Amino acid sequence: MNPTRRNRSLQIFAMTAGALPAAWLIVLALTDDLGANPVERVTHVTGDWALRFLLLSLSVTPLRRLFGWRWVAPLRRTLGLTAFGYACSHFLTYLVLDHFFDWRLIVEDVLERRYVTAGFSAFLCLVPLAATSTRAMIRRLGRRWIPLHRLAYLAAALAVIHFLWLVKSDLREPLVYAAALTLLLGLRFGFWLARSRSRKLSPKEAKSQLSGV
Amino acid sequence: MLIRRAGTIKPSEITSHDLFLRRREFLRGAGWAVAGAALAPTLACGAEGEARLPAPAAGADANPFRTDEAPTSLEDATRYNNFYEFGTDKSDPQRYTGNLRTRPWSVAITGEVAKPGTIDLDDLVRPHTAEERIYRLRCVEAWSMVIPWLGIPLGEIIKRFEPTSNARYVAFKTLLDPEQMPGQRSRALDWPYVEGLRIDEAMHPLTILATGMYGQELPNQNGAPLRLVVPWKYGFKSIKSIVEIRLTRSEPPTSWNRQAPREYGFFANVNPAVDHPRWSQKRERRIGEFKKRPTLPFNGYADQVAALYEGIDLRKHF
Repeated sequence: MNPTRRNRSLQIFAMTAGALPAAWLIVLALTDDLGANPVERVTHVTGDWALRFLLLSLSVTPLRRLFGWRWVAPLRRTLGLTAFGYACSHFLTYLVLDHFFDWRLIVEDVLERRYVTAGFSAFLCLVPLAATSTRAMIRRLGRRWIPLHRLAYLAAALAVIHFLWLVKSDLREPLVYAAALTLLLGLRFGFWLARSRSRKLSPKEAKSQLSGV
Repeated sequence: MLIRRAGTIKPSEITSHDLFLRRREFLRGAGWAVAGAALAPTLACGAEGEARLPAPAAGADANPFRTDEAPTSLEDATRYNNFYEFGTDKSDPQRYTGNLRTRPWSVAITGEVAKPGTIDLDDLVRPHTAEERIYRLRCVEAWSMVIPWLGIPLGEIIKRFEPTSNARYVAFKTLLDPEQMPGQRSRALDWPYVEGLRIDEAMHPLTILATGMYGQELPNQNGAPLRLVVPWKYGFKSIKSIVEIRLTRSEPPTSWNRQAPREYGFFANVNPAVDHPRWSQKRERRIGEFKKRPTLPFNGYADQVAALYEGIDLRKHF
């Protein structure tokens, strides 16, 4: 398969995979199979998948660097936008199904409940990322695009904290996400260290290193 | 000596005649609860309207022992449970309680009583008549149900063992057996689960030990074969699968309070004015309804129990 075609089928695969949890939720809703507390179920499922896709999108660059898989690079945007889609559904579920536009309670929640504050902040971080994900915006922002999109790490950290703060006693599930995020951040730090070390070498040394002498 | 006669029908298995005659009403009730999911917006609005009436009307049941509110469907009441002994997911109890052996079952009654001892469950409940109590159940997680319990006033049972004048509290303990209760293999809580009441709370006529619900024996996931029901307190106070009742001089430790003392107090009375440190307790989602409804002080049982807490700062003693 030529690279462009492989690219395309990979994108289609990622989009389909991204749509599956949503499709599954819709099937459950239509067959009245969401359980005793449907609103809670929808909130949990959309929240879980927002976090999962966010972490998947953050694993694209480390995979590319570690294993030289250049073909995964285009998946970053697809996975990131899928995460944003689930985050929007999660937020809308809270806004409409859970609180039914009761703004007084929503404002109180966002200001006073720290897990809501963390979750809402994570959502706010994702908004500019989704808005600047088009080719035109990437071109327009130029060099500023990269530092802006480091917000994805902050969003993921806030989302994990949101999860940790809302569970009653069993921290195992949020801790799995915390471990995954720590690993991803650790890899980033490793890449950064390696790069800054190679930058410190004189151009001549770097050149000789590159040529393997 | 207590002799267990094989072949006798256990009192917990007998549906009261009264209940038997109204079995169709029960089924209708369950049907309405399901229909409630569809009609939720209308029903919930009606309920809110009622709650806005002047003070005494707030949750005032014509008969506090049997609220007129529609019971939650049996299906929902048996598939959405917090019973961490079987896992922390709401569906875990239904899935994993199959191996719980509820017979034979004995309960130790110890501590400040003149006649302590370990008694077989059937002998514990045999002298009493199980009464049907239709109570609201408010979970600390801000959801609620209406459950028709079958049970015996705890006070009647305690009196049989003759509490001494030193008995100021009642402590309860759940079975500890990781073989039967897989959730106990992880440290979600410090096992066994323990709970406690002040003696006046324990003797209050609303407080029951339940052996059944919906006219049936208690399903395992709902705390079989014997559980506490204290309708004006958050659900976690209503300890399940009880193996020990101990009367004590001092306030006994309670599981959730030990787990997070800032979040769960000893009293744990339902109180919309005191939020959980991490979430609001002002409203609740009644299972089967769409819109949340306001939470009532003492879960709507204020007329019956508020006097127990006179002079106590319920913000401090939450």
